[in-house]
Amino acid sequence: MELLQYFPDVLTPWHLAILSLGMIGGLLLGATPGLSPTLAVALLIPFTFNMEAAAALILLGAVYTGTVAGGAISAILLGIPGAPANIATTLDGHALAKRGRAAEALHYCFLSSFVGGLIGILVLIFFTPPLAEVALRFGPSHLFWVAILGVTVIGSLGSKSVLKGLLAGAIGLWLATIGYDPVLGEERFVYSDHLTGGINIIAALVGLFAIPQVLGMLEGAGSTGPTATYQLESHGLAASIAATLSRWQALAIGSVVGIFIGLIPGAGGQVAGLVAYDQARKLSPNRDSFGKGEPEGIIAAESANNAMVGPSLVPLLTLGVPGSPTAAVLLGGLLIHGLFPGPNLFTLHAEVTWTFIGSLLLGQVLMLLFGLYISRHSRLVMQVPAHYMAAAVTVLAVFGAYSVQNSLSDVIVMLTLGTGMYFAAKVGVSPAPVVLGIILGPIAEMNYTQGKLIAEVGEGMARYFLTGPLNITLIGLCLASVGYSLLAELRSARPRRAQA
Amino acid sequence: MSGDNATTIVAAIIALVMTALPGPASAQEYPSRPIMLTVAYSPGGATDLQARIVSQPAADRDYFGRPMIIVNKPGAGGKVAWSWFASRAQKTGYEVAVYNLPHVLAQSIALNADYGLDTLEPIANFGADPAVLAVSRDSSIETVEDFIAHAKQNPGAVTISGAGLYVGHHIALLQLERAAEIDLTYVPYPGAVPALTSLIGGQVQASFNNLSDAYRSRDRLKILAVADLDRDAAFLPNVPTFLERGIDIDDSSVNFRGFMVPRGTPAEVTDVLAERLPAMFHDEGVLRRMREGGASMRIMGREEVQTLWQRHQAALEALLADLGE
Repeated sequence: MELLQYFPDVLTPWHLAILSLGMIGGLLLGATPGLSPTLAVALLIPFTFNMEAAAALILLGAVYTGTVAGGAISAILLGIPGAPANIATTLDGHALAKRGRAAEALHYCFLSSFVGGLIGILVLIFFTPPLAEVALRFGPSHLFWVAILGVTVIGSLGSKSVLKGLLAGAIGLWLATIGYDPVLGEERFVYSDHLTGGINIIAALVGLFAIPQVLGMLEGAGSTGPTATYQLESHGLAASIAATLSRWQALAIGSVVGIFIGLIPGAGGQVAGLVAYDQARKLSPNRDSFGKGEPEGIIAAESANNAMVGPSLVPLLTLGVPGSPTAAVLLGGLLIHGLFPGPNLFTLHAEVTWTFIGSLLLGQVLMLLFGLYISRHSRLVMQVPAHYMAAAVTVLAVFGAYSVQNSLSDVIVMLTLGTGMYFAAKVGVSPAPVVLGIILGPIAEMNYTQGKLIAEVGEGMARYFLTGPLNITLIGLCLASVGYSLLAELRSARPRRAQA
Repeated sequence: MSGDNATTIVAAIIALVMTALPGPASAQEYPSRPIMLTVAYSPGGATDLQARIVSQPAADRDYFGRPMIIVNKPGAGGKVAWSWFASRAQKTGYEVAVYNLPHVLAQSIALNADYGLDTLEPIANFGADPAVLAVSRDSSIETVEDFIAHAKQNPGAVTISGAGLYVGHHIALLQLERAAEIDLTYVPYPGAVPALTSLIGGQVQASFNNLSDAYRSRDRLKILAVADLDRDAAFLPNVPTFLERGIDIDDSSVNFRGFMVPRGTPAEVTDVLAERLPAMFHDEGVLRRMREGGASMRIMGREEVQTLWQRHQAALEALLADLGE
């Protein structure tokens, strides 16, 4: 087993120091709204120019792992996801934190991140060659159906009613069309110069979640007092571990969904958490308490996010095909050190490659330890008075939106969308479906157009999009998802009417 | 090794602090403060990484004695950054941008973008990545002639991927269609790597892609021809050019990368840039890192690169005229 042969290389003091530093830095960067894993890894690459290849990859891998997990910290404590991947964590994590159980929520989050992350890395270690071939099978028609599967989640996501959820999702899909269309080369809905580049997903995410929070805090600020009038309960770690493990179904759903979505190139690991969350809710006996602080929701979402990391590297390392936007940036980091993905990576550069994979494994353990340490101090954040918190979040939001692409336009977009969202939230609309629409719109549209170009000169639209085992499986999943939502809606509508 | 890292980090911090300070009012020796280098693509992409490599020794006394600080302004395939750069960048020499050649001129012609030869002034070129035509390893097509014959038998039914509209791959496809009198279906992808993946995965029948990316995946591909004036001696010495095979495709689609300033930047400043940029590109560390990263260098001075732009402008105008209506 080559991993064991090279594992001692991870344990040299210099490599351990880099790994720990990268992990702590990653957790903190990830917790900052707007600093997504992709951006954090991208900004670090120049600093690795002068490092030896193994150290550089250890640092980048640690930051990737750390930022993905860290995004959950602000999702739970502030209700603002650190990155699109943590949207689902916000729904139950923040709800639980508002009931004074922030530390407990963070425990669930890091424990399930650890389990998911570990399973993901093990998949990377043991199944890389066969899975790389699976990843290549996904073409435009399949990615289109994956995006539609994401859309089926929209209606039931966090909003008070399915109708409002769908409306919010539709607004998100529309926002995604703004800007320059990559396939036809036309500009759409560009009413102002600020919109030439389209709506940046990170800027939108920060605005939609953070600004309503800030305005909400200021609403209550006249009455002073701490943000949290919540009673802070301390929670034993042993109890959290037992509680996490007893919800093994959510852990299993999250890990499996995360692994598959991570493998699919270009599907955007961002939706792994949401899809897993939705599946876990549909299959859970506690489905009615989802959205109100249900631990299963946190566990499914976070195990999926972190399970995605390992598999997203499978097609990257073997074929040079990244499975997530962050993996795409990591490709640049590999090339700069003369490491060309492919079979050679595991033979010619076995030492670097296996040291890197070993560091990812050890990184999961460090992530758990540092994460649990942070959980112990979460009460500090929860007790900050509202007006300080509002100011701090505003600064972070502006900084986060600006830093994505050094553009003031993104800040303007962020503030505009956020202000709109504040009023929409008053009538029971949730920001999660809007963001999901912005993420999925371009994936669905681009793959539909590409598929159409290919299908029309080949086998025809119907055959291309509707036949083949992979298409049929995905369509089946979409139908099951919609069918189940309808059934659940009907079932819950009856007692509601009876009450009225 | 660790000493180097510390130096880099300290240098970066000093550079950041210094950009925040106003420069001395009187124009001393240029440059008296760090230079901003705008990159039109996301951090981590090929253009960004190469820009970072070639600009790294800028702080060296032999070159500028001041660092170059990369600012990424991605969006709309480069339009966001270049449009901003042409209309709003300061004409002081402290704002320099990286261009990607067929893109910047082709967009200005085909999309009526508000930038182009009138508003941008190229100073020096550092890299060139030609487009290559590739098919899958399992394909029955062995040569360019096979490919053209196949396309003639199936007019419009041959799908071919590339990295988007009005980039080198698209230009090469248009040239091939015209030179060989065939009709192909172009499927644009959001980047070179996804476009190549679609070929390897069997979604499309062929791809015009970067020589560098195709070279890395050569085990899974058959690379039929290079769209350039000469063969690539370093990476693919056995792959012929289209010209060798009698197909009239010049270097209009080669992805040239270099530095430019907004037109109107004073001559005493552009003279300094024109003198020192090529020297910096020839730096030993730059050449070594670019080679390790699998990227081809093609260093050109000011006169040469300005002639190149003029020639490509004319060629692209002729090529894209048919599409203009």
